[in-house]
Formats: sequence, C-alpha cells, structure tokens
Amino acid sequence: MSNAIQNRYDFVLLFDVQDGNPNGDPDAGNLPRVDAETGKGLVTDVCLKRKVRNYVGLKHSEQPPYEIYIKEKAVLNKQHERAYVAIGAEDVLKDDKKRKGGDKVGEARDWMCANFYDVRTFGAVMSTGINCGQVRGPVQMTFARSIDPVVALEHSITRMAVATEAEAEKQDGDNRTMGRKFTVPYGLYAAHGFVSAPLAGQTGFSEDDLALLWESLNNMFEHDRSAARGMMATRNLVVFKHESNMGNAPAHELFERVQAKLKDGVTAPRSYTDYNVSVNPKNDLPNGVSILEV
Amino acid sequence: MKNFCLEVWGDFACFTRPEMKVERVSYDVITPSSARAMFEAILWKPAIRWHVHKIEVLEPIRWINVRRNEVGAVISERNIKTAMNTGKGSLGLYVDDPKVRQQRAGLFLRDVKYRIHAGFEMTERAGAGDTPVKFAEMFERRAAKGQCFNQPYLGCREFAAGFRLVDAKEKLAHPISESRDLGWMLFDMDYSDTKDPKPLFFRAEMKDGVVDVPAFDSEEVRG
Repeated sequence: MSNAIQNRYDFVLLFDVQDGNPNGDPDAGNLPRVDAETGKGLVTDVCLKRKVRNYVGLKHSEQPPYEIYIKEKAVLNKQHERAYVAIGAEDVLKDDKKRKGGDKVGEARDWMCANFYDVRTFGAVMSTGINCGQVRGPVQMTFARSIDPVVALEHSITRMAVATEAEAEKQDGDNRTMGRKFTVPYGLYAAHGFVSAPLAGQTGFSEDDLALLWESLNNMFEHDRSAARGMMATRNLVVFKHESNMGNAPAHELFERVQAKLKDGVTAPRSYTDYNVSVNPKNDLPNGVSILEV
Repeated sequence: MKNFCLEVWGDFACFTRPEMKVERVSYDVITPSSARAMFEAILWKPAIRWHVHKIEVLEPIRWINVRRNEVGAVISERNIKTAMNTGKGSLGLYVDDPKVRQQRAGLFLRDVKYRIHAGFEMTERAGAGDTPVKFAEMFERRAAKGQCFNQPYLGCREFAAGFRLVDAKEKLAHPISESRDLGWMLFDMDYSDTKDPKPLFFRAEMKDGVVDVPAFDSEEVRG
C-alpha cells in the first residue's frame, strides 16, 4: 500500500439530463427525485457511485485488481470461478472456531482492497467479528442537486401487446396496455466529492486508481444508456488538487468558485448552452491549490 | 482544558436514532458522538481524546424524506479466506438479488448549521513528546486552513459538512430561539471493552438553541 496518492482532492461534477429520468424515487412511483421545498432535482450519491462501478467493471472486464464487489445482476456469470492471488495461509481455516479480532482479518481486508476497485475506492463493510470492522474508502460523494428547479413530466405511453391471455380476452383481442414514464425536460446537476489522501493510504488507492476515477466520472453516462435515462452527459469535472495530503484550503471555499448561472433572458433552461459555467476567480486560487485538467 | 469551537453546516444530515435504524430517522440535532467525530476528522491521535461540551443550533430544525435502494448484506470474511486459500471463488455481491436488495426510506435533517464547542484531554497512550500545546496548535492550524484527515460529515458520509474554526474574538450569531426537550439521546459509544462497545445515553435538552453536553463520567450519562 505504499503507492497510495499523496494529495487531497475536492471535485465538482456537473452533469445534465435531457428528456430523461436521472434518478427515480421509489417512494414516489419512480418520479424523478425532487426536493419538495425548493423544486430542485436530486440524484443520490449511491446512484452516481453505481455508475462509476459499472464503468470500471466494463472497462476492465471484472479482472483483478479492478474487480467490482457490488455488482448488478445484469452480469449473469455468477457461476464462473476465477483464480485469485492466493497468499497461502491454510492453517487459518482450521483455527477458526471462534473468530477473534486481529488474527487474519487485516490480511483479508488488505486482500479485498488489493483486488476490488470499489472496495478500495468507496470502502465496504466486512463482517470481521470485531466491532465495526469496515474499510473507509478515500472517495466520498454527496447528493447531486440541480442548479435550478426541475419539472417532472408524466408521459402516458401505449404498448401494442398484453402480458397474459386473460388480459387479451378481456380486451377482445384489442391487446393494448398503457404505461407511464417520467422525464425531466432539462436539468443541470452539481455533485460534490472528496478524495482523502490519508484514507487512500489505508486502502492503497493509487494514482492509477485516481486517473480511473476521473475517467469514469467523465464517461460513466456514455455506457448507461436506457429508455428511462434520456440524454445524460458529464459536462464539467472541476478537480481541485491540494499540495498537502491534509489539504490547503477548505472545500466549501473551493466549491463556491464553480458557478453555473442561467444566461440573461433564459427562464426555462432546455440545454447546456442556456448556462454560463465558470470557475471564479480561476487565477486566484489559494496557495497550494491547483485546478487539475482531467 | 482549552476550548475549541467549530462551525459546521451542510445541506442534509442524518444522526440516526438507534431505535429506528432500519428505516433511518435522524435525531433532531447532532449527537455528541457525531460532533466528536468532526473534530477527529481534523485531528486525532491515540494520545488525545475529544470531549464535546456544547452544541449550538443555528438553523431551524427541518426535515426531508428520501428513499434509496440499499444493500443489506456484509462481506463475508469466511468467503474471502476461502478464496484466498483455494485461489478460486466468486465473491461479487449482486445488488438486484432480492435477498440483498432493500429499499429504505430515511427521514433526514436539511440545511443544518451548528456551532460545536469541544476540548481534548491527553490519554494514557500519550508519549513523552506529546504535549497539549502541540496538539492544540496542530488542530488550530489545520482547522483554520480547512485541512482535514477526511472531510467531516453530518452523520452519514454522503452528507458532507463544511467547517470553519470560530475565532474566540469574533462576534457570534445567536442560535435559534427555540427550546425543546429532545428526550434520551445517544451520548457516545463506550469503547473501553473493544470487543463489546456499549452505547451511552443522556437526557438532551435544547434551551434557546443550546444543548449543554454533560461530561463523559458525570451521572447524567447512563449506559
């Protein structure tokens, strides 16, 4: 775990959606998530992390050291068995009647971090038998929020077929069903993220892993097309790199520099070009902080 | 013991009540244990132990309901060991599997802002070169610059917190003018037996926006 990153990073991810549902709310019949008080759209942190995992899983075809622990069932090759980097400690299993803290738990945890990208990036809970044995990942993301209020549109759609015989009989062979889908006509969302260098040291999150994180944040929507999502795209990823591993400036002050404002005269945004996005003031960053082009 | 004051804020927060943690419901205000963790996110060494004295609530208590798809399983240590030893095995966790997927609602706080007062004491694990002055200066230096070990958060990691060190000389905004009995609240976990940590509770009361936190060893704190 010696090649872990040495710098702290904070980032702002701007992405947009057009005629799609970026993140459905299971509490509201899959309507796009909306903050009821402000009308602004929400996308949960777990939704975004899911897409990072999917991208990395796709790109590295689930091979160590880029395996993905938390998978979607779409990958149905649960049966396959893959050779692991065995570290050889066979007496462990024999001597395992009562699990005690400290025996081989640390080794198992390190091994998981070394093999699974999502475990060393986002962390994971492992049942280790000692209190709260868990891996805290260096990368932390927040809920994404839209810059301006979004409206959720409901569309009724038809299907020229029915699911069951009984349904067909009821309709005398007319065989039509109605469905609903929800879209946001347009929304520009901002999520904030943090990469802690000290925590990276604990999981072995390396410079290569970091580059892969930026790559996946830039490309994750390109491989997440579906009928529900519409057009989604990462528009801007502003990464603040701190010279020191503990950081050189408070994150909120850096985040405040990234501004997205509606252009004059636009009341209902319908595209990215309706916004002015800027990093203010770009040339006056605090000492030891630089903006990374990724 | 020197007193330090941090102002912390964020869009959302969830200080989960232990009696309602399947569908998470937050306490009305930040718990002393979560407040302590914010100081630890900036500076902690085995040589010191943080104690929270006072919590000032600076924004009205407001709520939001969010339901998410979550995973209800933990990584099996036994499966990992088997895979390590035999050199083969399938370890993925399939989140669409109805056995592990759960939809959970959460009742979270929104737009919170607190002023937290805390100090630290030296522990028995302090070395010869460890002095309170050293840690006090380190903490102040880091907090003033916005440095931290990891970004502090408001109960859950997805609810990141902004923070700033409050200068002793600055004029402070008043906390909210609201008083309420917050009932029995989690004080902190007692880790003195590391294999079996025990929760500690105290009767929390907000008076004009201020929650006074009793000392760890006082009789107001019960196991």
